[in-house]
Amino acid sequence: MFPELIPPRALRAPIDAFVGNIVNEYADLLRAFSQPLLDLLVWMDAVLRGAPWWLVILAVSALAWLASRRLLLPLAVASMMFMLGVLGLWDASMQTLSIMVVAVALSVLVGVPMGILMASFKWLRNIMLPVLDVMQTMPSFVYLIPVVMLFNLGKVAAIIATVVYAVPPVIRLTDLGIRLVDSEVLEASRAFGANRIKQLFGVQLPLALPNIMAGINQTTMMALAMVVIASMIGVRGLGYEVLQGINRLQVGRGLLAGIGIVILAIVFDRITQALGRRYQHKES
Amino acid sequence: MAKIEVQGIYKIFGPRPQQWLEAARAGMSRDELLQRSRHTLGLRDISLSIEEGSIHVIMGLSGSGKSTLIRHFNRLIEPTAGTIRVEDIDVMALSTRELERFRQQKMSMVFQRFGLFPHRSVLDNIAYGLKVQGVERKERERRAMHWLEVVGLSGYEKQYPHQLSGGMQQRVGLARALATDAEILLMDEAFSALDPLIRREMQDQLLQLQSQLNKTIVFITHDLDEALRLGNRIAILKGGELVQEGTPEEILLAPADDYVQAFLQDVNRSKVLNAAHACNKSVLSLTTRTHPAHGVELMAKQGLKFSPVLDGKRLYGVLTREAAERAVREGARDISRHVENMATVPASAGLDEVLGRLLRSSEPLAVTGTNDEFLGVLSRSKVVELIRPALLEQEQGEPPLSESAEAVGGGLTQRSAA
Repeated sequence: MFPELIPPRALRAPIDAFVGNIVNEYADLLRAFSQPLLDLLVWMDAVLRGAPWWLVILAVSALAWLASRRLLLPLAVASMMFMLGVLGLWDASMQTLSIMVVAVALSVLVGVPMGILMASFKWLRNIMLPVLDVMQTMPSFVYLIPVVMLFNLGKVAAIIATVVYAVPPVIRLTDLGIRLVDSEVLEASRAFGANRIKQLFGVQLPLALPNIMAGINQTTMMALAMVVIASMIGVRGLGYEVLQGINRLQVGRGLLAGIGIVILAIVFDRITQALGRRYQHKES
Repeated sequence: MAKIEVQGIYKIFGPRPQQWLEAARAGMSRDELLQRSRHTLGLRDISLSIEEGSIHVIMGLSGSGKSTLIRHFNRLIEPTAGTIRVEDIDVMALSTRELERFRQQKMSMVFQRFGLFPHRSVLDNIAYGLKVQGVERKERERRAMHWLEVVGLSGYEKQYPHQLSGGMQQRVGLARALATDAEILLMDEAFSALDPLIRREMQDQLLQLQSQLNKTIVFITHDLDEALRLGNRIAILKGGELVQEGTPEEILLAPADDYVQAFLQDVNRSKVLNAAHACNKSVLSLTTRTHPAHGVELMAKQGLKFSPVLDGKRLYGVLTREAAERAVREGARDISRHVENMATVPASAGLDEVLGRLLRSSEPLAVTGTNDEFLGVLSRSKVVELIRPALLEQEQGEPPLSESAEAVGGGLTQRSAA
């Protein structure tokens, strides 16, 4: 046995107290701040579930066509989305989709600028890399609990947990993509007198785009993997169906909902990959 | 007039360059500095003056600091010490904003691996410098189209760089650099990545463009043949220090040390050097209206056996002393009817070709430039002097060498005796 140097309670208690204190003092403030986020989520949910099913399928297929410029992908995507409806998972799928769209959008909004900053400041990279490691390896339940304490059960807590879990790939790959830009190409733009902004938007970001797209693809997949866990804090959708299946020992219900998640995953994966490939083609 | 003037440039790479500057100034060697401080000495006390309208070649092996040096001219790399002047601009004093404008307008650059933007079309690549300057789309595309034509890539404007061959990509790089109308062109091993045939073609194109545009070009290369072909002046760097600077002939004829000598070893001198290098500015030239007696008198004074006769700047022929004396006896009013045709070689003819002509006949050879402009008379002794090291190398130690050299020299004595 390892000798007990510090009583465990002495370590845990201050942390509990700290979180409890924040919950007591700032929970209202945080909820007020997160209100716009909640509004956005509710709006997204209403849009996707309110829209006629064929319109949603059409929109996703159009997205697939824009990403690939081929006919095969939109057709495959449309038939897979149709399957969701056939399996009776349409409404649940739309709930999941709305959460995902917002989570991915938030991740990109946070992750890409962070990746850019990391690529430009070495000290920030040195700080952020271990932080990202922690975010990716820390079991999500550990931060799920304080998040729920702060934001209550529901969509906002789920979104925050999902973003924490899903944002690392897009940060890492943005950083990597920018650092992989051919130094001579960047030097050329400097030699012609481009300032930092023009270097970033004219050269670095466009050339890092294939990598950034790969990051967004990864982020999407991880966000989707989070939906089952998010269902435990009261978010309805495909994950909730899976959870119900487990709770009631209804294998069929769980399996079908699981297939629904896989279908959504494939749809998103293929669309983001096609987008990434198109950027890659343009340059190499 | 000096277009670019750098003085006392030091560059030390590492976290605290200023701390070691004094040591470098005091002459601490590169290796010692690296060992003692983990700082790398990039450049040591470089002073260089680059003339307007010339091609100035900076040459050295990899690691000699030539690419570092060229990046000081537009401050892509900051010197540890030293001054950089372009015309009357103190480049070191420019603020970030001013430096950006300076780079946009004064200098443009061509890169070894082309440095093209893979996500932009050929036309957009060429127009990039103008885009950065804020020239509006229509205008910059019109100007980019012009330069696209000049480098011979019409029809490729919609392509992307990866669809072009290496030579074509570098033409795009060249067009991009020319499109900003900057007066100074920095070329960093611009042709080194191309295969020999294409490289030669690009060199020709550069020389031809230069004859029209008259830019100030700083050209970096590790290839002496290229340096001698392009350069009006050549600076040789070694381990971050300037070893020698001068015209191609000066460097060929008087290498400063063993390093330069080693460089010169592989050079095919008879190919690199041409008739212009071996030509003596004529001390005397007559015109067709010269009176024969006056001509004889002038030749006698200079101790010459013949004199070229000019018509304006062009070569008309040659007047030998005998012919002049005959003209005097015949009482001719001028020398025009006694002038004989003079054999000529173009200034661009390689010394190997010139040597062949010299061995075949002993008559004097005139060197002519473009439009038959008379440049001078070929000097046999100069040819021998220029070509000798190459011969030494080819026929190492064999006695016939000295004989053949004498044979050429013999022609000279023969003629002066005649």
